[in-house]
Amino acid sequence: MNADRAEVCDLLAEYGALIDMARFDEWLDLFAEKCRYQIVPRENFDRGLPAALVFCDSRAMLEDRIRALREANKYNIHTDRHVIGLPRIVDAGLTVEAPFAVFQTDQEGETRLFATGLYRDRLEVLRQRLKIRDKLVLLDSFAVPTLLATPL
Amino acid sequence: MVTAAIWPALDYSRVPYRLYHDTEIYAREQERIFRGPVWSYLGLDGEIPEPGDFRATWVGETPVIFNRDKSGAVRAFVNRCAHRGALVRRELSGNADEHICIYHQWCYGLDGALTAIPFRRGIRGKGGFDASFEMRRHGLRPLRVGTINGVVFGTLAEDAEPLEDYLGAPILAQLRRLFDRQVRVLGYNRQRIRGNWKLYAENTRDNYHASLLHEFLVTFGLDRSTQKGGVKMDARHRHNITWAEADSDTDEFAHAAYAGAGVRNDFLSLKEPSLVTFRPERDDKLNLVVTSVFPSAVFVQISNSLAVRQIRPRGVDEVEVFQTMLGYEDDPPEMTLHRLRQTNLVGPAGLVSMEDGEAIEIVHRASRPDPDRNTVIELGGGGVISDRDYRVTDVPLRGFWSYYAELLGIEPEGAVR
Repeated sequence: MNADRAEVCDLLAEYGALIDMARFDEWLDLFAEKCRYQIVPRENFDRGLPAALVFCDSRAMLEDRIRALREANKYNIHTDRHVIGLPRIVDAGLTVEAPFAVFQTDQEGETRLFATGLYRDRLEVLRQRLKIRDKLVLLDSFAVPTLLATPL
Repeated sequence: MVTAAIWPALDYSRVPYRLYHDTEIYAREQERIFRGPVWSYLGLDGEIPEPGDFRATWVGETPVIFNRDKSGAVRAFVNRCAHRGALVRRELSGNADEHICIYHQWCYGLDGALTAIPFRRGIRGKGGFDASFEMRRHGLRPLRVGTINGVVFGTLAEDAEPLEDYLGAPILAQLRRLFDRQVRVLGYNRQRIRGNWKLYAENTRDNYHASLLHEFLVTFGLDRSTQKGGVKMDARHRHNITWAEADSDTDEFAHAAYAGAGVRNDFLSLKEPSLVTFRPERDDKLNLVVTSVFPSAVFVQISNSLAVRQIRPRGVDEVEVFQTMLGYEDDPPEMTLHRLRQTNLVGPAGLVSMEDGEAIEIVHRASRPDPDRNTVIELGGGGVISDRDYRVTDVPLRGFWSYYAELLGIEPEGAVR
């Protein structure tokens, strides 16, 4: 089954907004039951090296990440703002690429470009809704400022 | 001008904030430490397997390339043209027969020797260099290179002691343990922290913070200070090994010990337990070994994740932590997958390491305005600097500072070392 551009754009908009609002349970629901999520530095991707910054090859690992974020990890106090560019849709709409930028703003209102790169998503349709089966966050800005806690 | 009088205590249990913020001190560190008689981690033999393979790296702020020459030997040079001081090799890695500076096309061989200069004799006999110009005196500045089980170190000082003496027996044993088989690079990661490089060097020697700052360790049962463990240093106390053994405490004991520590001690479990599952790979029980080599290398085994961290100072106010993630060449695919899962533990997004970026930045930020006030380093007591068989200690930080003071020429009379 094909996906249309409007549905893909809705999914990407929802994806960014849910992270920016820290609604991570709903964000998790954008993923399929069998899914993979990786943040890979371009330095590795270009050299064919497999190591990621975040490597979740199951829904369980992704849920563990979010749980750790809530229960254990400490990080710089900030808000995120995702700016996701127009998607490039290939493969009958089930493979999608979109450039992104994430700005972080600290408690005193100072904003910096935190990350930029490319999403490469493989999608599936489940009960008329698009879900993310495999998300590769290809990180152009792989010299990570301070630390990376909240998902990109 | 910083002098030996800067130290409030002879056992280095007090460190003035000035040492993290003063640009003159920073310049002196570059000269006396990074360009001084230390051995710095450059990279891995396995990263440059073929003749002509090269990689760019840093020794302090000095750009360096290391390559394999035609004879198979590993060579390293300052990555700076003898002519005008330009970076010769701009790519981070690759393969080449020679290194050519783009500015005026000066050409260097894989042994660092200057091999060709365009228009050396000018054009139609006009211009160019005088006949007295000696090319052999204008090669790339070489580093002395030493290798331990495929780990490549270099030094800019001609009078540096031999590498094995510099590392000392405990560190050598750890390197030979970790690199007992041919390693495979799984990838790299980088973290830019707005803090002085020494705050990171201290952090890797600070056993006390581990399970308090990195709550994941305790909450999800990966590592806790109630386990059997400790710190072990070289004779000069400049390097340190922080170690712990798996399954060497009980939940009950740990629960009681952490009751007043202000961290979660109800021990949650993960949906995907392989993230914290330790698969023993050797005859020992060590599941955590953090080996800090003065000034800027850290060899890390956390469970089955293996890595080398290189501390790259970027001015007095910023440091890059450049980390190389490793497996072994003979890992079966399933073990590689296990290691890739456990890469989640370390690096800038690491579940047990991300906090270091924030901790260093808040120290750097809050300490700046008061250069004459100081940090307190007294866990495990002051006085003598020695190995400990317990983990609530930060004594290796005092070892770091004692050697630092020696190199900077600011060791006070009667200092503990």
